[in-house]
Amino acid sequence: MAELAVDKHVKYILAVEKNKDSFESVVMDHLRMNGAYWGLTALDLLGKLDSVNVDEVISWILKCQHESGGFSGNIGHDPHILYTLSAVQVLALFNRLDVLDIDKVATCILSCVLLMKLFAHRWLYESIVSSCTSCFAQVSKLDITGLQNEDGSFSGDMWGEVDTRFSYIAICCLSILCCLDKINVEKAVSYILSCKNLDGGFGCTPGGESHAGQIFCCVGALALTGSLHYVDKDLLGWWLCERQVKSGGLNGRPEKLPDVCYSWWVLSSLIMIDRVHWIDKEKLVKFILDCQDVENGGISDRPDDAVDVYHTYFGVAGLSLLNYPGLKAIDPAYALPVDVVNRIFFSG
Amino acid sequence: KLLEINPESYTAWNYRKLAVEHYLNLPDCNPDSIKSVLDDELRVVENALRQNFKSYGAWHHRKWVLSKGNSSIDNELRLLDKFQKADSRNFHAWNYRRFIAESMKRSKQDELKYTEDMIYTNFSNYSAWHNRSVLLSALFEKKAEGFLSKEKVLPEEYEFIHQAIFTDPDDQSGWFYHLWLLDQTVTTDSPLLASSWPGHGSDVLLVGDRRYNGSAFSPFSALHSDSGSFPIVLYFNQPVGGVNSSTVTVECGFNKNEDLLWKPLSASNSQTARVWVAHLKVPSSDLHSTVEVSVGHTKGIISTRGFEYSHPSMLSFKVHVQPMERDSSQVSVAESISLREENFKVYGKQSEESIIDSFDQLIIKNGHETTASNWRFEALAKEIECFRELLSLVDCKIGKLTLARLLKAYDAMSYPFANKLVHSEEVLELYSDLMKLDPTHYQFYKDERSIVLLQKVTSSKESLLQHCFQYRDSVSSAIGGPICLRLNNLSLSRMGAFEKLLWVQMLDLSHNELQSIEGLEVMQLLSCLSLRNNKLRSLTALEP
Repeated sequence: MAELAVDKHVKYILAVEKNKDSFESVVMDHLRMNGAYWGLTALDLLGKLDSVNVDEVISWILKCQHESGGFSGNIGHDPHILYTLSAVQVLALFNRLDVLDIDKVATCILSCVLLMKLFAHRWLYESIVSSCTSCFAQVSKLDITGLQNEDGSFSGDMWGEVDTRFSYIAICCLSILCCLDKINVEKAVSYILSCKNLDGGFGCTPGGESHAGQIFCCVGALALTGSLHYVDKDLLGWWLCERQVKSGGLNGRPEKLPDVCYSWWVLSSLIMIDRVHWIDKEKLVKFILDCQDVENGGISDRPDDAVDVYHTYFGVAGLSLLNYPGLKAIDPAYALPVDVVNRIFFSG
Repeated sequence: KLLEINPESYTAWNYRKLAVEHYLNLPDCNPDSIKSVLDDELRVVENALRQNFKSYGAWHHRKWVLSKGNSSIDNELRLLDKFQKADSRNFHAWNYRRFIAESMKRSKQDELKYTEDMIYTNFSNYSAWHNRSVLLSALFEKKAEGFLSKEKVLPEEYEFIHQAIFTDPDDQSGWFYHLWLLDQTVTTDSPLLASSWPGHGSDVLLVGDRRYNGSAFSPFSALHSDSGSFPIVLYFNQPVGGVNSSTVTVECGFNKNEDLLWKPLSASNSQTARVWVAHLKVPSSDLHSTVEVSVGHTKGIISTRGFEYSHPSMLSFKVHVQPMERDSSQVSVAESISLREENFKVYGKQSEESIIDSFDQLIIKNGHETTASNWRFEALAKEIECFRELLSLVDCKIGKLTLARLLKAYDAMSYPFANKLVHSEEVLELYSDLMKLDPTHYQFYKDERSIVLLQKVTSSKESLLQHCFQYRDSVSSAIGGPICLRLNNLSLSRMGAFEKLLWVQMLDLSHNELQSIEGLEVMQLLSCLSLRNNKLRSLTALEP
């Protein structure tokens, strides 16, 4: 059986981080913050987080923070909940959550739509002219708590797209910052449950088809809020374990192709509901290892395809969940190394 | 232009939204100019989607534009049609379709027809089957015209899904829909009481001294405990909430109902559970008294699916307290229990009658259900026949798994009136076949098989008594004390059949393959448990 080419993957990740001019890099420019999370967490799992320049990363992250407290995908882009979580996770990896003004990121919004409109104009100014209006200083800051809607769901940003991914992100982020009490947890949970389907899985909105990624978000959010008893573990467990196809890989929905990233979404969900023994772990390990590019480093979605940092992270994270030797343990709900999570909750 | 090349550049979509708002707020705008601005946006989205029809940003922008209310919705259905024909599994398109259908107030029946058309085009369309299940559930719940009785609708759905499964048994698209149909056929809306301890009509003996020979009393209702109280355990057929001293009243001479605290038994902090317990304190003196438990005479017990407990029931049993013997010099305080072979003696057949009665008392027979369920039996019988036929043509995994589930469901519905689980042997064999046919999911089948085996063992008094042993410690030669249920060496990977095991005080599960003891928290009378030689990963179930 193949082995994990640790050194090659480390070299690959570090190279991606440095190469800002490739076509791939430009096309993915707007989600560099996610890329940072994937690359750096993978490095930490491989035991090589010290290969990067911490200060450089942190100063770049802080440049992506907006007045509202939220973070954008890269410098010059708008803030969004997707990137706010990644930023917080990376800071947690480096044990530098102290650089955040937590209240700024999390405090309650008092504003209504009117203030959000004022805000819109503010951002328009920011991209053309940088100037601060004095009235702005008195306006409450847009933040994660402010993104919770009446029905308990979360919007990704002020433009109102609702998706259970954002519920997970909000809950995970605030949990890491130890201020989960700032949102209405009960309503958040009941919204997530309204997205539960008849096959036991979860979709992005009520009525949405079950999809492994959404299932991870919903099960993770329920885990973080102590609400896993609402999940029908046997029903969902069977749906999830049937994601394992003949090749040993996992797909995200029935009759779709296997993909290494599902080694994370499906596997972590199975672990959280205590049904991981329903898949064949050895076959999955073999599948992930077959997706490596052992020459140049990196992992791809399926064997012999092009690699990218997203699949490299999920492949390594999946192997960690499968207890592959030499990797740090990763928490299935927080998607951060276990020692990082312990440090957040059990020290100081 | 940027968005047409890279629809994922979310900041660009935001910029466009700001620009649109700016135009819409200009003082000199009129309906025509608004329409043209919005139509422009729709054109951009359409071009972006051709580039990447899975772009969250693009679909959301379209939804945002449509929400402004000035665009033609009919166009949207046509556009969706094109996209869905190109990729019938695109969940963005299906989500958008649900949004448009809602805005247009398209009837669920029309949408149902659409899913039917999609499915007839290609059976392998999980997304269409999923949407169908969502629409049907809503129609059932609303009790819409034509969907009032599941009895009429389900057989047609079964016919439909058969076409998908039988055309290509290896295609998963229909599997989960069939499982949902089965659930709809079998599950009663209203929660029911499945079993209890003490059993209705039983004579409960409470004895403090383990060496007291309580053999005149049935093993299923003699409790060896010197704690001064005993538990009343209620086991429902689905998780419920709202069990408290108003919805469940306990009348007995020696305790006040209001003092009773009912707790849900689950290994988590939830307020709902299938099993609930309250502890009744008993006086230490000699006592023979009747206890009456009324369940659900006051409204308040509700299942997690939202249905009320609508068939109030009553249990009554007699309690006999045997006080501790005065001379306690012979009683050692902390005896260690050694579950070695020599400590066990097969439980002798004594007073057969009391055994039969008390065994039956364990399970509650809900009479009102039988008459209403004929269509359920018919539906299951037909399905069983269909899948036997499929298996005679093709040896396939879904055939075997579905047949196993159907036979289990049939047995569960017939029991306890039938007093026997007719299909157990066949089901056990089906799971053994599956373990060989689909080794990737070996552990799943093994877990299912373990539960079936336990159901079989506990289904009749003969088989249950074969596993009942008298415990005798090497120190004293007295026979008596609680019966030990020995379920060792059965290759059990999972525990189950708990509704039949509420009476167990000593349990030997050694030499099995248990990975967790999930579920054991409901066995409130358990005082001695052996889990030696298993494959345990965690022990969280022991908390409650």
